[in-house]
Amino acid sequence: MPTKVIAGGLATTIQDLGRPGYYHLGIPISGAMDRFALRAANRLVGNDEGAAALEAVFIGPELEFTEDALVAVTGAEMTPKVDGDEQATWTAFPVKAGQVLSFDFLRAGARAYIAISGGIDVPMALGSRSTYAIGALGGFEGRAIQPGDLLPLGKAAPARAGKSLPEALRRGSGSPVELRVLPGLYWHRIVEASQKSFFDDTWKVAPECDRMGYRFRSGKALEFVPREPPFGAGSDPSNITDACYPYGSVQVPGGTEPIVLHRDAVSGGGYFMLGTVISADMDLIGQMQPHTPTRFVKVDMDEALAARHDRQRMLDRMREALA
Amino acid sequence: MAKQILSPLPGTFYRRPAPDQPPYKEAGDAVAKGEVIGLVEVMKSFHEVKSTADGKIAAFLVENEGPVQAGQPLADLEG
Repeated sequence: MPTKVIAGGLATTIQDLGRPGYYHLGIPISGAMDRFALRAANRLVGNDEGAAALEAVFIGPELEFTEDALVAVTGAEMTPKVDGDEQATWTAFPVKAGQVLSFDFLRAGARAYIAISGGIDVPMALGSRSTYAIGALGGFEGRAIQPGDLLPLGKAAPARAGKSLPEALRRGSGSPVELRVLPGLYWHRIVEASQKSFFDDTWKVAPECDRMGYRFRSGKALEFVPREPPFGAGSDPSNITDACYPYGSVQVPGGTEPIVLHRDAVSGGGYFMLGTVISADMDLIGQMQPHTPTRFVKVDMDEALAARHDRQRMLDRMREALA
Repeated sequence: MAKQILSPLPGTFYRRPAPDQPPYKEAGDAVAKGEVIGLVEVMKSFHEVKSTADGKIAAFLVENEGPVQAGQPLADLEG
């Protein structure tokens, strides 16, 4: 029995862990912007970690249930309500057939993950249920959910209400935020003073931030090392001969506003990338609101790998706590 | 307690529909429930902010183009 959408929120999409394997063909990896929160929400309601759930950005949806289910909301602090009664986040709670799930104002973070027992059972597209809205691929008809949509649910596994992730294992959203960056192939393109100011300045999340990329402003413009433009790069010093864009790479068109590419990013193009936000910090970006003060912190490969290892341990502890 | 109009989402608050047009409302203007009082820009789109009650706008609490958080009061209402 499907769940009925009464109100979609701002841009609520179905996401799972993503669609890897097609980025070289221009199809982004998509999936939850905060994958830890998605994994935890699914575990809380007895789903596989990679089941499809709803990602609600800034404003929650309103959903009417047509069968009894367990629900967990993780990620952003946006209090869920069942027929008006407030529920705890990061905790499984029951919703009965006929009841309506709605949300209060966003208090912290940016994206709430709403897992429903059984998972959302839309058809797979290229191995994933994630919505890539710009490409009209996956999810519910390739778009954000709208009033009147009926979201099909899969078969629920046994789970109990009240299961909760201990606070120490939740990853909230601070302000200011520090994002660790590993300088990359094109680092040499900016002058030494800019290599320093990029990490010294406090940047702010621009309101244009979305699933494709997070843009930052308020820092000093970067200056480029003079060069003879290589074939295909043109005269703009921030351009390169077209190359692949990794997930997390930081491009700075015109040298003014850094953009960190995220889950729905394009896979290649002609902007230089000064480096890459390390994988351990990509979830954090998914929880940043516009105007959040942000510092980029320089790390080397060993530190990046150690941070990845730490995140893996955190994931293991979450799995143990919710086993 | 006086009523307030809250921003439903974080972003940048605009009091005008377009840069070359007058503000939707000035302090002292009457406002009806559901009437647009401004825009919030986020993720490359603009979202209308509507009054949640009938009344008069006593004061705007956020400047044009000011940053806003979700739930932040944008204007005081009286009456």
